[in-house]
Amino acid sequence: MSAILTSPPAARPHESPGLWMLAWRRLRHDRVGMLSLAIVVFFLGLMAASYFGLVASDWSKEKGVSYANPSFLAGQENLEARNMAERRAAVKAPPVDLSDVDPLAPRYKEWAERAAKIAVTEVKRSETLPFGGDKWGRDVLKKAIKGSEVSIFVGLASALLATFIGTVLGAFAGYWGGKVNDLLEWFYNIFTSIPYILLILAFAAVATATGKFGKGIVPIVLILSLTGWTGIYRLIRAEYIKHCNREYVKAAQAIGASNASRMFHHILPNVSHVALVQLSQYTVGFIKAEVILSFLGFGVPVDMVSWGTMLAEAQNELVIGKWWQLAAAGASMAVLVTAFSLLTDSLRDALDPKLK
Amino acid sequence: MSANLLEIQDLDIRFRIDRKSEPFRAVKGISFDVPAHSTVALVGESGSGKSVSAMSILGLLPDNAVVGAQSHILYGGRDLLHAPLAEMQAIRGKDISVIFQEPMTSLNPVYTVGEQIAEVLRMHLAMSPRQAQARAVELLAEVGIPNPQLRVNSFPHEMSGGQQQRVMIAMAIACEPKLLIADEPTTALDVTIQKQILDLIAKLQEKHHMSVLFITHDLGVVGEIADRVVVMQDGEIREQGSAKEIFESPRHPYTKALLACRPRLDRRPRRLPVIDDFLKGDGRAHLEERKRGTSPADPIILEVRNLDKTFFLKEGLFGKRAVPAVRDVSFKLPRGKTLGLVGESGSGKTTVGLTVMRLHEATAGQVLFEGRDLLTLSEREMMAYRRRIQIIFQNPYASLNPRFTVGQILVEPMRIHGIGKDERERIEMAFQLLRRVGLADASFYKYPHEFSGGQRQRIAIARCLTMKPDVLICDESVSALDVSVQAQVLNLLQDLQDEFGLSYIFISHDLAVVKYISDEVMVMNDGAIIEMADSDEIYRNPRQDYTRKLLASIPKGLQRAKELE
Repeated sequence: MSAILTSPPAARPHESPGLWMLAWRRLRHDRVGMLSLAIVVFFLGLMAASYFGLVASDWSKEKGVSYANPSFLAGQENLEARNMAERRAAVKAPPVDLSDVDPLAPRYKEWAERAAKIAVTEVKRSETLPFGGDKWGRDVLKKAIKGSEVSIFVGLASALLATFIGTVLGAFAGYWGGKVNDLLEWFYNIFTSIPYILLILAFAAVATATGKFGKGIVPIVLILSLTGWTGIYRLIRAEYIKHCNREYVKAAQAIGASNASRMFHHILPNVSHVALVQLSQYTVGFIKAEVILSFLGFGVPVDMVSWGTMLAEAQNELVIGKWWQLAAAGASMAVLVTAFSLLTDSLRDALDPKLK
Repeated sequence: MSANLLEIQDLDIRFRIDRKSEPFRAVKGISFDVPAHSTVALVGESGSGKSVSAMSILGLLPDNAVVGAQSHILYGGRDLLHAPLAEMQAIRGKDISVIFQEPMTSLNPVYTVGEQIAEVLRMHLAMSPRQAQARAVELLAEVGIPNPQLRVNSFPHEMSGGQQQRVMIAMAIACEPKLLIADEPTTALDVTIQKQILDLIAKLQEKHHMSVLFITHDLGVVGEIADRVVVMQDGEIREQGSAKEIFESPRHPYTKALLACRPRLDRRPRRLPVIDDFLKGDGRAHLEERKRGTSPADPIILEVRNLDKTFFLKEGLFGKRAVPAVRDVSFKLPRGKTLGLVGESGSGKTTVGLTVMRLHEATAGQVLFEGRDLLTLSEREMMAYRRRIQIIFQNPYASLNPRFTVGQILVEPMRIHGIGKDERERIEMAFQLLRRVGLADASFYKYPHEFSGGQRQRIAIARCLTMKPDVLICDESVSALDVSVQAQVLNLLQDLQDEFGLSYIFISHDLAVVKYISDEVMVMNDGAIIEMADSDEIYRNPRQDYTRKLLASIPKGLQRAKELE
């Protein structure tokens, strides 16, 4: 044997493309798919850039006047800004001369001089911002970019976690059947018997009241994934039940492959495309769910911004005709979600061309 | 014979695969006629273009098919390829009807068979519901469904495969069509049922003065019923002529090969001839006979004693119903010999194989492998024996993991059982085995879907060989393959037995194949072994009625070609 070993298969000459390579080739010919992939990648890039502070790091700076007009609507009258400016002006107007009765009057001049040395240079607030400003004069465009960070992260992270939970539980239930399946089915049924929104709100109430799940966006990710695993669980379970009776699994048992190996090494790659498509669908769903939660006030804390909090703020602004915050958050979300959904469709076609 | 009912002229069909590559040419300009009141058999192996040709008659081709402009299919003075859709719909089912291979998937499971037959009648013949129902009962009686008054209200799943195929035939002949296209109508059925269906089609053809276009891969089947035979290969017609000419004096080597490569009951060459023998040589190299049979002195490697396997079906909330699948099966497998296991579907032959390997837990009995009872071993102890008994499944499309490369498939069992001292050696052994089963080295890096059925079965065989087993259970391992490929795989199995002294348990419903490869044959029916003898003996002097019935249903077509060579 060793003599033959001198000429081992040195390099892999031309390994055939696997499932993922073929899927990628098919996806590349799908124009809609590639366009939506580009949009999704663009949003992800934006999110990463904002996370590392490359863009929109100064989103919380109050740069413009209150409800600054978008620059393409520069001429429009801004009543709120004028009111505020008038009020500020009113504060700054010289007070009525009370020096006769004021015992501190002689010191005012000295204080004024000292204050001048410290030199509070009041920033000149701009009248317009690229896409308008919010109540405090923050740049709406930057808010939307910063908001994408929270929204997309929450969407992706909770989708990943939910898919993981659903896949593992589904694999166990489908593979083992019998008692394990019964137990998990009971668990699943209890979960799904509670109205979904109520379940989320109940979790959210507990999470925010006790603070046990940590702060910031971690509780939201947990809430969404702990309530959202049920759909993929059922799908993966059904796939496992189907695949368990396939001959290749029987063949794996015949060569002595262990249960764990059969479950995850043999069957999982055959159902992973189902999980991937679900993951993509979940991401869309959870981005929307985060928006709803933040809108209802169960979402991210006030010192952070997400598309949901922007939409919540926009509620009051719309009454006074300031539509740009709603437009910015709504449009970003709509574009991303649409692109993601189209990408999901294209992925499904690419991974399972027979389905088309 | 009168004028031609259907004339196919220069039929050329291409399939567009994608935008870049050249369309795949499935049918390369074929011409043949279907005379009135006769049966024409279109014979060819998978990929020969026979089904595509037949479907083009009814305009049932997929969207990506392109039919050449010079092609014509003339039926009653009209060109079916250029007929408007409304006209085609009037012809489909009424003048020309089809029977498909899988009756279970061709019948709609949510309607009763009566409703489905009645639908055809009402659509094409404008019968009233009452008339249609009455005619449906008549039709069911005509195709030999017992108690048709009652069965007309059955759902498809309440019927056996053979009965479903009869219902399909009843639907097809409901409007008294002039042409019946039968696309592999018996391939999914047991031999005894196949015989009945063939007889039925022949009888109906006679009675209704129809023509039948019978598509099959098995020349043996058409011998009994066809008037004319058209042999196709790679989208071209190799030979056509009367059945007598084709069977008694075939001219094209491909036809000769098809006739010769199927194992026959009366002969047992050392190796089966394969198509290459005929295309390159004269096909006479394998006339030497092989001796078969067992003797009491043979050392026994595997002994099964009183094996029982009962499945329990859930009934209601708490009820269970026992379904005995294997009853009191005992046999001995001598080392280096082949034990054939024959029976119809549902006879329990596959269950025996799976239970012996402990892929099913037995209800009772013993499986002695070199004297050790495998059924009492713990899972850990069993690991050492797993390697030594291996199984090759029926469907090579299902038994290989589609996400693994052939390399992964071959190396994994060696890794599990610690064969070979390191990964390099295992890979080298995998390459050797690939070569041994006749596959190219490049196969190592490919995925199963890139191979044909026969090649996949070779991969499955190579996977078993990685573990150097002593006993190989072949569960219908060649049943899904084309006859010529079947011959190659049988030859390979035979060579491996000669080389490594393997013992086979060969499970099949095909008596000719079992006869060819086995030293000893067991016949199973209803979970029990009813007859067991040396293979020559059982074919010469069957003692049980059931065995005689099985033997009688083997298609006689090939025996007409007896004097060949």
